[in-house]
Amino acid sequence: MAMQLTAEQQHMLDGGKGEAFAKVMKTLVMYGETFGATEMVPVTSAKGHLVTSFGLSVMKPVYGLMDQLIEAGAISQQPFSVDPKPLDKNVPSNLLQNIFFKVMYSKQDDYDAQLKKLGIISDKSYTCTCYMDEVGNVPNKGDVLSWAESSAVVYANSVLGARCNRNSGILELFGSIAGCVPYFGLLTDEGRKATWIIEVKTSKKPEAQVLGSTIGMKVMEDVPYIKGLDAWIGTELNQDTRDFLKDMGAATASNGAVGLYHIENLTPEAVEQKEALIAENAQVYVIDDAELARVQASYPCIWKDQSAAPKLCFIGCPHLSVNQLHSWTQRLIDALKKQGRQKVAVPTVFTAAPGVLEVFEKTDDYQKLKKAGVVVSYICPLMYMNNPLCGKMPVITNSNKLRTYTSARYYTDAEILQRISGEVR
Amino acid sequence: MKQFQGRVVVPGTVKAEALVSHGGFNTLASFQKSLMFGDKDATCSDQNNADLYNKPMHGKALCLPQTIGSTTGGMVFYCAAALSREPACLLFSKPIDSLAAAGVILADVWTDASMPTVDSLGDDFLEAVKTGMTVTIGEDGLVTVE
Repeated sequence: MAMQLTAEQQHMLDGGKGEAFAKVMKTLVMYGETFGATEMVPVTSAKGHLVTSFGLSVMKPVYGLMDQLIEAGAISQQPFSVDPKPLDKNVPSNLLQNIFFKVMYSKQDDYDAQLKKLGIISDKSYTCTCYMDEVGNVPNKGDVLSWAESSAVVYANSVLGARCNRNSGILELFGSIAGCVPYFGLLTDEGRKATWIIEVKTSKKPEAQVLGSTIGMKVMEDVPYIKGLDAWIGTELNQDTRDFLKDMGAATASNGAVGLYHIENLTPEAVEQKEALIAENAQVYVIDDAELARVQASYPCIWKDQSAAPKLCFIGCPHLSVNQLHSWTQRLIDALKKQGRQKVAVPTVFTAAPGVLEVFEKTDDYQKLKKAGVVVSYICPLMYMNNPLCGKMPVITNSNKLRTYTSARYYTDAEILQRISGEVR
Repeated sequence: MKQFQGRVVVPGTVKAEALVSHGGFNTLASFQKSLMFGDKDATCSDQNNADLYNKPMHGKALCLPQTIGSTTGGMVFYCAAALSREPACLLFSKPIDSLAAAGVILADVWTDASMPTVDSLGDDFLEAVKTGMTVTIGEDGLVTVE
């Protein structure tokens, strides 16, 4: 069945607002029809979020398309935040790497200027964790979003109860320009039902990043209903729990294609609807200690020298919360004391949203981190690692997303702490 | 010779050499290096995809279950098409996912590139087709593997 459009939507599709608007609507209509959508629904969130934050010189087609939109007056109807910036001079890099950065991201200033014309909230709106209070782009439960950043989409759907499909970059901007998105998938009640039951049967609290990876690799784009995890992380959505879910969700979305998960007794829809959220004939996947170990052992390490000493460590992909910055600081300072060290053994970067960093930098812990030699930055570690000269370095991380897209080597939080505190080389 | 009936997502006919990924195709990880460093063969840079890693993707009939990973995926397909580094066609054994759909539609609406796309070809399709075989897409979504 073809899409039924409102008069205004049809007017746009027919070219009544110009060719660029018509192509925007045509793209949205084709996209919706591919998934059986028969109508568009209004985007109801106060703010949007774009996944494309980088001015990569080789992505010229994207910036050309943005120019077409701006020239046609096809800008976002909502102010929006954007993923993190790719460059920060405070993050360690050598002369050659810096030269490469300049060449790689030569379009950055131009693209930042385009974002201003298209509707970015402010210069501080660059982060993948726009949903944190300090950033201020927190959707309400039930809001319809036009977002694309995979870690933000899965968080907004699962933890906040907003409704958003796993849109692609550019498509999310089109939704914000048109003010509507096709109604299908995770926007619908049916599409939010779980087709997998995950039974967590571990002997200890699972590592968020490994659990997320394990779930993502199994269920791919499906919706899992996770049982047994509340025994380890509780039934209250406090900051610790939200941080765990942020990291777990990012791993489900990058190691698989999960856009929504439900956690028994914890996430809003699971609390309200309980097992009514589970679709008929849902498959079951049991995750125990052995399964987590199997998955973690399967991560390839593509360093040329597998035993190389790490030259850099990134913590904060997705960006850390204020709570996580404090927690990591306390754990690191304690670990350094045990080793009799004043400074980290591996150059280390903690990344967080500009608004989060503003809050954290006013605290004593920030001074402690500085003294320990840790850099705090708003950078996107993934964009840093995309520099081939950085990618050749032995970089370690606790992020399964960063591991998936770059040469960074994954370690659990405890293993990372051992390495940056000098306990283990 | 085997034939499989799928659903046309982006119309078009093409004959090309198959390149088969049995696992989810991570679009960003696969095209990242090609887009960044001007590799016109679009050599796959996804270290986690043993089927495709280090193999050229441009001009191939890319056979896959679905795409996974970063939601820049659609934009990556769009850029690959705009820069003439796109596969000859995309053939999905499963229903197409939202990121890949966005990518092939963006390429269709906003570029001159042709990247016919057929989905829902079934698991049998991915079992039958092997890298190096010849794949032909007809107008109606009929895919011939030989």
